[in-house]
Amino acid sequence: MSPTASAPTQAKPTRTKATRTKPTPTDVALRALVEPRRRAILQLVAGRELPAGEIAAHFDVTRPAISQHLGVLKDAGLVTERRDGTRRWYRARPEGLAELRAFLEQFWPAALQSFKERAEARARAAT
Amino acid sequence: MPADEKLADTVYRCEVTVDAPIDLAFEVFTDGFDSWWPRDHHIGAVDMAEAIIEPRRGGKWYERGVDGSTCEWGSVLAWDPPRHLAVAWHLNGEFQYDPDPQRASRVDIRFSEDGPGRTTVRLEHSELDRHGPSWPQLYEGVGSANGWPLTLECFKARLHRT
Repeated sequence: MSPTASAPTQAKPTRTKATRTKPTPTDVALRALVEPRRRAILQLVAGRELPAGEIAAHFDVTRPAISQHLGVLKDAGLVTERRDGTRRWYRARPEGLAELRAFLEQFWPAALQSFKERAEARARAAT
Repeated sequence: MPADEKLADTVYRCEVTVDAPIDLAFEVFTDGFDSWWPRDHHIGAVDMAEAIIEPRRGGKWYERGVDGSTCEWGSVLAWDPPRHLAVAWHLNGEFQYDPDPQRASRVDIRFSEDGPGRTTVRLEHSELDRHGPSWPQLYEGVGSANGWPLTLECFKARLHRT
């Protein structure tokens, strides 16, 4: 009997609880970053603090539109907001800072230990 | 920006004391950079042949690969033998070279005598937030054991101790 060529049937996927859970902070941050203008704003305030007016001046959109973007970024935990009188200042919250620090905590001590060994070997050889 | 706004965790510090006089310590650190820099502390796609700090302010800090290719890490900001060396760290959150000095962090290395024939070397890696938010880590951190970008295969393999 010749085998009939037929597409394998897929089991119908069951709907799991995971599809209806609350968005994680990462989900919220990712959704905030999907919008290119918000990414551009984040680039602007990475490493320096700027007032809302100055941020808006960089873009060809209305001030309320920029404020709305800043609100989304703030709710996503990607920028911090500081009020100084009537002005609001924004700065990118360094998300990757913890990871960078964790890396440096392994990177530098290992490097300095290697330096120590070499410097002491040279010092011994010099006596 | 007011001083109190500066995030304390944007500075990393560590130090080591060596049984070597200060002039020798500085010389080994700089002139002898390649003689001690860990061979797996590099970013190039090929194995590193040599690690170099050019001995002057404005000099380059870089690696040369076994195939002759070079990868820059940064530049020399201060050169004051035997007490002070500072370099700009131009590697971003994905460990790629970013030429913009505004987005580089700073590493200060200070040498001080700790008695005859002994030197304390203090390292301060500051302005870490200039590298900006590391977006790849938002995408790739989830599910990754230590949260580092997946592009860092070289470092990850070596530094992820089992």
